[in-house]
Order: sequence, then C-alpha cells, then structure tokens
Amino acid sequence: MTSQLFCQYLFAGITYGSIYAIVAIGFNIIYNTTGIINFAQGEFVMLGGMIAISLHAMLPLPLAIGLAVLITMIIGALIEIIFIRWLKNPSVLRMIIITIGLSILIREAALHIWGEGVRSLPYFNGNEISTVQLMGTNISPQVLWVIGICAVIVVLLSLFFRFTSLGQEMRACAANRLAATLCGISTKNMVTFSFMLSAGIGALAGCVVSPITYTQYDGGTALAIKGFTVAVLGGLGNSMAAVIAGILLGIIESFSVSVVPLAFQDAISIAILLTILFVRPHGLFGSKEAAGLKEF
Amino acid sequence: MKARKYLPILILLLVLAGVQQLTRMTGTAYFLTQMTMTAYYSLLIIGLCLVMGYAGQISLGHAGFFAIGGYTSAVLTTYDLAPLLAKGNGVISFLATWGLLVSRDNLYGETLLSVNPWLACVGAIMLTIIIAFLIGMPVLKLKGHYLAMATLGFGIIIYRVVLATEIFGEADGISDVPGFPLLPGIIVSGDFSNRVQNYYIACLLLITGFVLLQNLIDSRVGRALRAIHGSEEAANAMGVDTARYKLYTFVLSAVFASIAGIFLTHYNGGIGPSEAGIMKSVRYVAIVAIGGMANLWGALVMAAVLNFLSLRGMFGSYDDAVFGAILILIMLFAPHGLLRLQVWRFFKKSSTDT
Amino acid sequence: MTLLDIKDVNKHFGGLQAVSQVSFSVRQGMIKSVIGPNGAGKTTLFNLIAGNLPLSSGQIFFNARPIHGLKPYQIARRGISRTFQNMKLFPGMTALENIMVGRHTRSRAGFIGGMFHFPASRKEEKAIRDKSCELLHLLEISQYADVEASSLAFGQQRAVEFARALASEPTLLLLDEPAAGLNIYETAEIARLIMKIKAQGITVLLVEHDMSLVMDISDEIVVLNFGQKIAEDLPSAIQQNREVIQIYLGDADA
Repeated sequence: MTSQLFCQYLFAGITYGSIYAIVAIGFNIIYNTTGIINFAQGEFVMLGGMIAISLHAMLPLPLAIGLAVLITMIIGALIEIIFIRWLKNPSVLRMIIITIGLSILIREAALHIWGEGVRSLPYFNGNEISTVQLMGTNISPQVLWVIGICAVIVVLLSLFFRFTSLGQEMRACAANRLAATLCGISTKNMVTFSFMLSAGIGALAGCVVSPITYTQYDGGTALAIKGFTVAVLGGLGNSMAAVIAGILLGIIESFSVSVVPLAFQDAISIAILLTILFVRPHGLFGSKEAAGLKEF
Repeated sequence: MKARKYLPILILLLVLAGVQQLTRMTGTAYFLTQMTMTAYYSLLIIGLCLVMGYAGQISLGHAGFFAIGGYTSAVLTTYDLAPLLAKGNGVISFLATWGLLVSRDNLYGETLLSVNPWLACVGAIMLTIIIAFLIGMPVLKLKGHYLAMATLGFGIIIYRVVLATEIFGEADGISDVPGFPLLPGIIVSGDFSNRVQNYYIACLLLITGFVLLQNLIDSRVGRALRAIHGSEEAANAMGVDTARYKLYTFVLSAVFASIAGIFLTHYNGGIGPSEAGIMKSVRYVAIVAIGGMANLWGALVMAAVLNFLSLRGMFGSYDDAVFGAILILIMLFAPHGLLRLQVWRFFKKSSTDT
Repeated sequence: MTLLDIKDVNKHFGGLQAVSQVSFSVRQGMIKSVIGPNGAGKTTLFNLIAGNLPLSSGQIFFNARPIHGLKPYQIARRGISRTFQNMKLFPGMTALENIMVGRHTRSRAGFIGGMFHFPASRKEEKAIRDKSCELLHLLEISQYADVEASSLAFGQQRAVEFARALASEPTLLLLDEPAAGLNIYETAEIARLIMKIKAQGITVLLVEHDMSLVMDISDEIVVLNFGQKIAEDLPSAIQQNREVIQIYLGDADA
C-alpha cells in the first residue's frame, strides 16, 4: 500500500469515525440522563441533512443548516414529550421497542416526504473535485470540515457539561436522579433537554457529512448501529472514550476495504459490536463497577 | 380433561377448513395463496412468542433464522452439482450413491442435479440449530439493550451476508426453487393446481407447531420458563439452569422460524434478501407484542390477521410504518398486549374471588 | 454429622469487607440461627452459601463436598433450598404453580417430554401437582391454590415461598428472615412450622432479627458483627454473652 493510499484510508476512517463518535455521544447523553438507549438517534442525523437540503432551496447554506439543527432539536424535544415523558417506570424492554418504533416511523415519514432518492448538501467550499494537499495526499476540504466541526462539538460539550449550570444539572441528573430532584433540579426538563441536545449534535453532524456520504431516508439505521457499537466500545455513557472508539471503528472499517469485499463492510462493524458485547460489554475503557455509575 | 384442552384446536381446524370451503364456493380461491403464506409466517411468530413472552428474551433478528432455513434449502435444491459429480467430488458421489440427489429440469429446460429436498430441509434445520446455539450461548448472557442490539446485529449480519454473496443470488435472491415432495403426491409448491393441498399442509404444520408449544408451556419446562421470566434469581435458587433453558428455548424458536422459511421458500419457489431484513424482524416482534407477549393464542390470532392484511396490500406503501406505529402504540398503551387491556374488564364476567 | 461446613469465608466488595474470616458448621437435624445488627453481613453470608455471590476466599462444604464456586441451581440440586429476604415469588403464576416450580429438582421432563406429553411425563406432572397440593395443605393455604401469587396477602405470600422452598425436599433449608413483617401470632406459626420441618429431619439455617423466634427454636446461634463472627453458642449462653449484649444495646449493662 502506498503511503498516499494509506493516508486516504486514514482520513476516510477519521472522517466517518468522527460521525460515528458524534452519534455515540448522542446515545450517551440520553443514556446518561435516562438510562434509555434511543434507537432513533441515527434518524436525527438523517433528518438534519434532509431538512437542511430542503431549506437550502430557499435559504443560504449556513442559515439552512442552523435552522435544520434547530428544527431537529424541536423534533427531539417533541418526541420526548409526546412519547416518553409520561411513562411511569417503563421497563427496559418497553423503552427499546418504543424507540425502535419511533425510528421506523421517522424513517417512513422521511420516505413519504422526501422519497427514496439520495440527496446532498453542496460542498461547503468548492465542489466534489476540489482537493487540499495534506500529508502528501489529496483530500476533500469537506473532510476537514467534518473533523473540525466534530472536534468543536466535542470541545463545546465538555465545556458545557463542566462549566455551565445547565450542564452540571444534567450531570447531577445522570449521577443520581433522586438526589437531583431533591436539589430542585427538574429532572423531567433535563430529560427533554438531553433529547434536544442529542438531536442537535446529530443534525449538525448529518449536515456536515451530507456532501460526502449523501443523505437518504434510510441512512439513519446503519448509523444508529455503528453509533451504538462505538458507544459500547468506549463504554456506555463515557463520551470521551466514544471519541477514541469512534475513530478506531472508522479506521478499522476504512482499512477493511483492502481485505474484505466492500459489500461486507457493514458486517464488520456489527461483528465488532457482537465481539465486544460478548467479550467485554463494559467497553474498552469501562470498568465493570464504573459501568454502574453514569457520567458524561 | 385432556380432550377439553384440545377443543379450541379442533374448533380452529374446523374454522380453517370452513374458510377454505367458503373460498371455493365464492370463487375467491386466490385468497388461499396469501392465507398459506400467512400460516407459515405465523409459525415463526408463535415460536418467537415463546422466546419473548415466556422466556422473556427479546429477539430482533428472528428473520435471520427464517432466512437461514429458506436460503439453505434454496441453495441446496437449486445448485447444480452435476459438474462436481463429473469431476469426481467425493462428497457428491457419496450422496449420489445413496440416492440423495435429484435430477430435474429447470425453467430454462436444462437438466441439473441437486440435493433431495428432504435432505436439504434436514440440512437447513441442522444448520439453523448449530448457528442458533453458537449465537445463543453468548447472546443470551446479555440483558436489556445489549441483548436487543446483539440480536439486531445478528439479523443484519445475515442480511448483509445473503445480500453480498453470489451463491445466495445477491440482491435478486434465489428463484426457481423446486417443490418439496413431503410424501408421494403431497408437494409443497406454488402450483395453482396444488393450492388447496398446500393450504392444508400449511395449516396442519401451523397447528402441529401450536399444539407442541402449548404442551410445552403447560409442562414442567413451561413453568420453568415462566419462572425465569418472573424472577431469574429465584428460578435459579429452585434448581432451574436458567442459562440452558433460555438457550434451548431460543434454539427451538429458531427451528420454528427456519421451518417456516424452508416451507415458504418451496411454496413461493424462491426467496429474497428482504426476508432477512430488519423490517421483517421488527414486524414479527410487533405482532408478538400486540398479541400479548405471553399469550400464544393472541400471537396466533394477531399473526394471522396482520400478516394476511399486509400480504393483501391493505397497508399499501405504509406497510412498515403501520407496524412501527403498532409497536409504539402497543408499548405505550397496552404493554401486555391488546387482550389484557383494562377495557375488556367491562366484558368479562365478574369473578367471585378477590 | 456435620452437614454444612463454612471455613474462613471472606467477601469484600471493592474496599468494603462484608464478611470476614467467618467459620462455623451446622450439624444435621439442628436449627441454627445467624443473628447480628443490620449490616453485619448475614444476608451476604446466605448469598455466599447459596451461590448467588462468589467468595473472595474461603471454602464451604456441604455433605463433605465443596460447594463454593457452584452456581445457585447446582447448589439447589445438591439439596439446599432457600427463601429470600424480600420475597421473590414468581409474578404471573398462581400459588400452586409457584410451588410446582419448587419441585423442579425432583422431576425430569425436558423439552421433548414437555412438547409431546408422553405418558411418563404426564404421570410425573400429576405427581408434581399432588406433592405441591400437599404442601399447600401443610401450610394451610390450600384455598389460595389458584390465586395469582402477587395478589395474595403478605403472610400468605410468605407461606407460598416457604412451601416452594420445601417442595424440593431439601436436606438443608436456608431461611432469610422468615419472620420479617409478621405479627406475634404469625411469628408463632412460623416457629411451629420450623419445628415441624425439623421433625421431618430437615436441617435449618436461618437469619433472623426477631429474638423471640430465635431464642425459642434455635439449637445454636451464631452472632455476626461487621462481617465477623463474635460468638457461637447455645441460646442461653448467647443471652448472657457480654459482647453480644454490647453490640445490640450499647455500652450500658443490659
């Protein structure tokens, strides 16, 4: 393998890995505040892209993206309020099935609104053949956008959870719900907010990656599974680890193309998921006891 | 006492026969095709009901077992072994000397040599059992979302494998699967002339499966399963090897799914990758949920009704959305199934014990 | 003859030492009680014996064979049966069915037998049912046979759990706070019941807070505090034991 090819694979891996990491962080945020795995997480990414594409027909790109993220956040909040908020002590099984059902409904709605075809946002600068020289290889500037925006999201989230009162309230809610309510924190609102946050970052990721991967009504499912794989790989609830795990998965997937036929690429991430679930369900970076504690 | 237990089954049999007669008299015999297919899907669903409702394990990948059964028997009965035989392949010659190979003409008039459908059926079931054990052992140690995701992942791997592999026909699947002669004169196939016969074959298979499961639930094993579902720790303390029971139940349900796949593939004359897809698995879970997780009759009825409507195209392009919506509504408002809703209390005779 | 032998058993959770170098034995046919203040490690000890928790170190022998490291269902098959402190009846099953599950180790029908209802399996089913009805009768709750277990009154649920534990005809019965939540009359009933069980030759090891029950029926008492064994003696001696009194009542003389 030439060093140029190597770098190509590497950047592709990091790019996709960043997206997986963002989806995983979305999973973690909701899981931390509620203990629920939101199977519909991938759909937020899809929705972000789709809505932005539709808006872009009428608005300049940055505005379309911003508005799309906002709308997706509202959808996330609505989902929580309509379907989840009023459930009393639902069992894990019930929640899983509900969020799966939601994921299906969103996907089918997307199918009926936008049809089966693939669409994409335009490249942020240049077009699909413009390249930038980096480390001796040509890559699309969009790749830098993806990696950059994902990095910014992660940094902003850390700052948010560490330094803002809202972020700290969410962490309190995650650590011990009862104690949080006793401190006057409205846990119900925290839950809604966690959905909004997850939806928002997912949507943003969906917008920035759309020019590279295209957006399609059923793109959410595969992303959800890979995002979940990454979340488990890093240790469910641990978002810093999710970043590392995401990039790891992205790179493995990317390089796997050189060994395994392309059609099996998706099967690889699932194989990794199954392996980690069987061998080390608390993830690479989690410890068995810490898995009981939840922290961002 | 025993006879009374089987009375509902007898009634069901009569109803099924009655429906068939009705279609004959009203000239709507084409309904039989969808009803036959419905019966096979229902076989899978009652098996899934055992796992989900009684052993309490969710399986989001059951379509995978359907596909393993269907695809294996499809490949074995359509793959031309003549070239291999000519080359003197040991295994194939062995099969040939034992009369286990069958020569037939396919759609294009060519003669090919493939495996005897009975052998293919047995082989497919064996393969399913092996895979179910291999997957079940690690997967069933997981709980909650991990279990759900692992089973989902399993289903998707099967889907990806059949979609990507040439021998499975990739996106087109396998077609021209021959009929399956169960006994001389009784053939599972899509021939119009055989329609009524196939309807009864499917119904009998379904009823047999149902009776076996009903018996199992009423037995020591069924109690152990319900105990596991109720409190795994207490079941363990009572001497129930919970891991082994969960595994065996899982494998049994996989076999039901596999048999459904085998028969339906022969009936339809083919199988495609969509049969292994997530949407199918989700659909099956939805039906078990709406029937009431631990309610075998509920699962049977709902399976019959919903599958039939879906096959008739009643839901149009909203097919998947309907099942998704059902899933959500049931889980939100009737988590123990439609038949256990409070609303039915109005219709129930008041019981004297409090 | 020593039925249960506990040797130098330790259990720690991270930094917390829940059970520390506990050793004692239970002779066949006796009723032995384990007492101690809350948090002394009594239920942890039970969970160690029954296989619900792995030992950190030490050994447990039953009938001279080691049982440490075995899974709970294996231990149940060896002849040890238990009840739970916070009652774990099977919801969704009737009282009778709960007890029938208790017969699991004394029956054999498997998946094939279950599906096909062979005559042998049917005979076994009848035997299971009969024996379970017998136990319902023994505990005087026959009228609740077909009532869903979780809708029974507290005392009746306790009785069902008792019957379930007895259904396997155990050699050793572990009772985890059998009198918890019961009033004086019900506690006296339990005492009577345990004596009846002893008369049938079953050995009983119980954890309990109710001193009247403990002093009444125990042949020997083990006292735990902070995971350590403080005393092991006859009830009369335990009542006089300075240290035991101190643990329960504080420093002023009792």
